[in-house]
Amino acid sequence: MDKKLFCQSGGCSAKLGAGLLRHVLEKLPAFDDKNLLVGYDGSDDGAVYKLTDDIAIVQTLDFFPPMVEDPYIFGQIAAANALSDVYAMGGEVKTALNIVCFPENQDLNILGTIMQGGSDKVREAGGVLAGGHSIADKDIKYGLSVTGIIHPDKILANNTPQDGDVLVLTKPLGVGIVTTANRVKQASEEAVQKAISSMTTLNKYAMEKLKKYRIHACTDVTGFGLSGHLLEMTGDKYQAEIHASKLPVIKEAIDYADEFLTTGGGQKNRNYAGDKILFNDVPFALEEIIFDPQTSGGILAAVHHDDAEAVSREFPIIGVIRERKDSEIKIIVNR
Amino acid sequence: MITVNAMGQQCPIPVVMAKEAINKMKGDGVVKVLVDNEIAVQNLEKMAKQKGYEAKGEKIKDGEFAVTLTIGEVSAEIVNNEEISCQPDTIDKSYIAVINTDTMGTGDEKLGKQLLKGFIFALSKQDILPASIIFYNRGAFMTTEGSESIEDLKNLEAMGVEILTCGTCMDYYGIKDKLQVGTSTNMYVIVEKQVNANRIVRP
Repeated sequence: MDKKLFCQSGGCSAKLGAGLLRHVLEKLPAFDDKNLLVGYDGSDDGAVYKLTDDIAIVQTLDFFPPMVEDPYIFGQIAAANALSDVYAMGGEVKTALNIVCFPENQDLNILGTIMQGGSDKVREAGGVLAGGHSIADKDIKYGLSVTGIIHPDKILANNTPQDGDVLVLTKPLGVGIVTTANRVKQASEEAVQKAISSMTTLNKYAMEKLKKYRIHACTDVTGFGLSGHLLEMTGDKYQAEIHASKLPVIKEAIDYADEFLTTGGGQKNRNYAGDKILFNDVPFALEEIIFDPQTSGGILAAVHHDDAEAVSREFPIIGVIRERKDSEIKIIVNR
Repeated sequence: MITVNAMGQQCPIPVVMAKEAINKMKGDGVVKVLVDNEIAVQNLEKMAKQKGYEAKGEKIKDGEFAVTLTIGEVSAEIVNNEEISCQPDTIDKSYIAVINTDTMGTGDEKLGKQLLKGFIFALSKQDILPASIIFYNRGAFMTTEGSESIEDLKNLEAMGVEILTCGTCMDYYGIKDKLQVGTSTNMYVIVEKQVNANRIVRP
């Protein structure tokens, strides 16, 4: 277990920028199949395909380079992150396939340990690991392709909030900054432990609690940061007002952001949000937290405002959704 | 001046290296950081803005950028005067290009012509294209018959770039009826475009 992984820029901060991706995807013709309930045109977390009136499959895949040194923990995080998309759609995990890139000349025990971490998380999710595919590559990458099921009427889209909804977030922000600070040996052991415990936690548990309430829109916060996922959620019609002081944050991440230990991914997210986000007197470090790419981040849900009080006992309410009127600004962040 | 080579380093390492160099200086001075991507430039500029340093980022060539950080009294004044231009979030990325020659750089003419052709091609591949390209003096030979850059310039024009060539110059060289791309312009427009430009790029 003392084998160390070589970390470059791992986790979801290795994701392509949202703007870049959109540019490419827009050029591909959309598939026309009435059973494809959710495709990539809505930039949702996973694809949903209806099989019968009662059952649809949710498919997703996610893999990335290591963002922590311990291979077992990396395997758990990569798996929790991949499984998360099924939960974010409101689904239930059934099967998973390993996706592996591994250098041929490296110790295969490391790979075994990574896959053990992944396997343990699939088991915890109640799913079955059913196979996989591996490629010899110069850098390590690992993840899962996951298939889940869902009732076609109970899909939780990421871009269908309603006026007056309250926004909840189920995990603290800042894991990208903490792992980045750790990469340059400037993170405390305590901060790293907080980030790891957050990243290895399945969103299954948060969804079990959230499903008691009227969820109008739901996604998991990953590489595009809170800002990017809020932009997807608000779409053309809505505006999110965020209370920065209510954001759950790994507190050390604020210190590291003030030391500029932030990722390139975070800057890409800042560029992508551009003038669609407005900060009212928000400290610099909290801006960085809002743009920070999250690996295996929490669930961001827009919940009916009548459920606000009840849901606030379980998760912090970080803001509200409003109809957008004559303004290009989609996210307002107040101090 | 201390030069920090952070080429090939991913964020936040260029920022960490810059901070170390600044700390080592123990006072005022200038630190130049070399990086290989624009995101690193933006992260360095962001750090400079928070710390009140003056930051000047420049592209040396594809995949090579330099950010010059000025620390100290001098920087405070400049930052106050130029506050808007130092905010990375409000950087106006617009620019125009001015081409006043048919060769690039001084030296061998054949090489110079080849370089200028390459320059125009590379310009047409930028993520952010110039608003206009102004050609004057021997630059007029680039937009007229016999130029090897016509196709690239037509591509640029098709992507919304305004191609303007000095009419007086074409007259002088006797090539007025040979214009292949864009339109003819006058000195008033040439001056106005440059006065109003956020940045001017020249080969």
